[in-house]
Amino acid sequence: MLKINNLHKSYAIGDSSLHVLKGINLDIEDGEMVAIMGSSGSGKSTLLNIIGMLDEADSGDYILDGLPIKNLTEKKAAVYRNKFLGFIFQSFNLINYKNALENVALPLYYQGFKRKERQEKAMFYLEKVGLTDWAHHLPKELSGGQNQRVAIARALAANPKLLLADEPTGALDTTISYEIMEFLQQLNDEGKTLLIVTHEEDIANMCKRIVRLRDGVIMEDTFV
Amino acid sequence: MKFLFDRDTWQELYDSLSKNKLRSILTMVGVWWGILLLIGLLGSARGIENSFNRLFGDFATNSVFIWGQSTGKPFKGFQEGRRVRLTLTDVKKIEENVEGIEFVVPRNQNRSLVVRKLLSGTFNVSGDYPLLDKVEKKKLIHGRFINQNDINENKKTVVISEDIYKQLFEKDEDAIEEYIRINNINFQVIGIFEVNPFGGPSTDIHIPFTTFQQIYNQGEKIGWMMITGKPEFDIKQIELDTKLLLKNMHRIHPKDKRAFGSFNLGKEFAKMTGFLTGMQFLTWFVGIATLIAGVFAIGNILLITVKERTKEIGVRRALGATPFEIKRQIVIEAVFLTLLAGFLGIISGGWILIAMDKFLGQGDDAIFVNASVSISIVLIAIVILVILGTLIGLIPANKATSVKPIEALREE
Repeated sequence: MLKINNLHKSYAIGDSSLHVLKGINLDIEDGEMVAIMGSSGSGKSTLLNIIGMLDEADSGDYILDGLPIKNLTEKKAAVYRNKFLGFIFQSFNLINYKNALENVALPLYYQGFKRKERQEKAMFYLEKVGLTDWAHHLPKELSGGQNQRVAIARALAANPKLLLADEPTGALDTTISYEIMEFLQQLNDEGKTLLIVTHEEDIANMCKRIVRLRDGVIMEDTFV
Repeated sequence: MKFLFDRDTWQELYDSLSKNKLRSILTMVGVWWGILLLIGLLGSARGIENSFNRLFGDFATNSVFIWGQSTGKPFKGFQEGRRVRLTLTDVKKIEENVEGIEFVVPRNQNRSLVVRKLLSGTFNVSGDYPLLDKVEKKKLIHGRFINQNDINENKKTVVISEDIYKQLFEKDEDAIEEYIRINNINFQVIGIFEVNPFGGPSTDIHIPFTTFQQIYNQGEKIGWMMITGKPEFDIKQIELDTKLLLKNMHRIHPKDKRAFGSFNLGKEFAKMTGFLTGMQFLTWFVGIATLIAGVFAIGNILLITVKERTKEIGVRRALGATPFEIKRQIVIEAVFLTLLAGFLGIISGGWILIAMDKFLGQGDDAIFVNASVSISIVLIAIVILVILGTLIGLIPANKATSVKPIEALREE
């Protein structure tokens, strides 16, 4: 599914440069649920961004589903993101003037689906996250947990190969966090591959595999 | 171009504009104001032009009046101060010799006591040819103007102005075929005309030229003449040529400036139209400058908007929107706002012109006559708006996609 070989990334800060990822090697198979753990500054978000094609590595290989991801134009990156990846963010990142249904339908719009099809598919995924009754509510009318479920439905809508979650429970309280994680587990049971960045031990323990990062290298890679 | 007919494009547009109403409205105000100003100013400039044209309209504007005075230089044995009088022979010679002449109308004028029953007054009486009606259109309320038959038979017929009618006749009295006495001779009224407030030297009473000659014993002499040039000829040159010819015939020094007096209507009219042209230029300048400022305002606000929406744009790109799709959306927003504002401006500008016509454009002494803007100008304005809207939309559009999605998303 995903193959990363000797990945390096550094950021220029003024005159000096900060070496964030110092040779990452990671293999993820289909149907895995991987937690990437690490304290802030360990490079976990950078890794996620590179996997999400939001950022590009300086050197090393990244192969997603057999496709080498390198030197992408913005346009190509957009198409790949749309086709392969579903994003779940810490702060949900829903578009605040669109209702739940419209938010879920958005990736389908960029995939070029007809309006009717979009509505149907979006409704299907909203039902999956249990928010059918809230379809026509704006994000501000929903609770944090509900918003995150809308965001998950949106990530699922494009039927991606890989779901990327950046601190999906970071803005939620414990009960809701567990609910969301249980839901993600359920998705994994249905065969979805998930990659979750978190710094919470209990959240990581709900995944099948934990990859620990420290100072830009993988310290530990364990199966739960 | 397919996207233009795609309902989703417009749904997206509607969503992003309607959910940010205040922002959209503020954005539009600039262009709306610019178009309103352009339409309003152009319309009133046209209105003023029309009202000038109406005032001058009955008058051949390419014309000059010439009359004899007294010489200012001694010449060929004549002393200075000799009285110069124009004659019918001069008229004929001018018609034959000066290039570009359309009409030469000889006129005689006198002040005479006019009496009807117990009412009387002293008025300007002039002897005229039917030709006068061609160069100085008379607006007849009743009856007709002098015709060739009147001239041929030296008829004692008279055409009077409305003012004279009011002074010599009772209210609502029928004046046609009634008689009035000029210099103790009875004349039959054949027509009444409306006085043009801007119609050159005013005459109150017109009688046939030949009758005038007979009554006042004028012979060949004429008081003054009105010369009209063909439209393609310069009336100033005609004036110079005519004067030179006259000086030659009357044996006057070629450089004598005093011998003939003249009033060049064409020159005065040119001054007026020059003023109007200047005003129109100013209008365009102000209007277009305002328009550009308005479009820039749209660009500016969209730029702020894009900054505000950085995150949204980042999310959209994470969800698979290509930079082109993002750009297209922003440009469409810009063009749509510009066009909508433009249309509203055109409509409200139209209302202003209608109001102007209603309150300032009625009656004879109206300041604005038919204040209007031609459709082609409106179309040009719309095309300019679309072009400017697109260009100005490109700035925020490029700004929006120049930010990497990662940076856009990172912004909390």
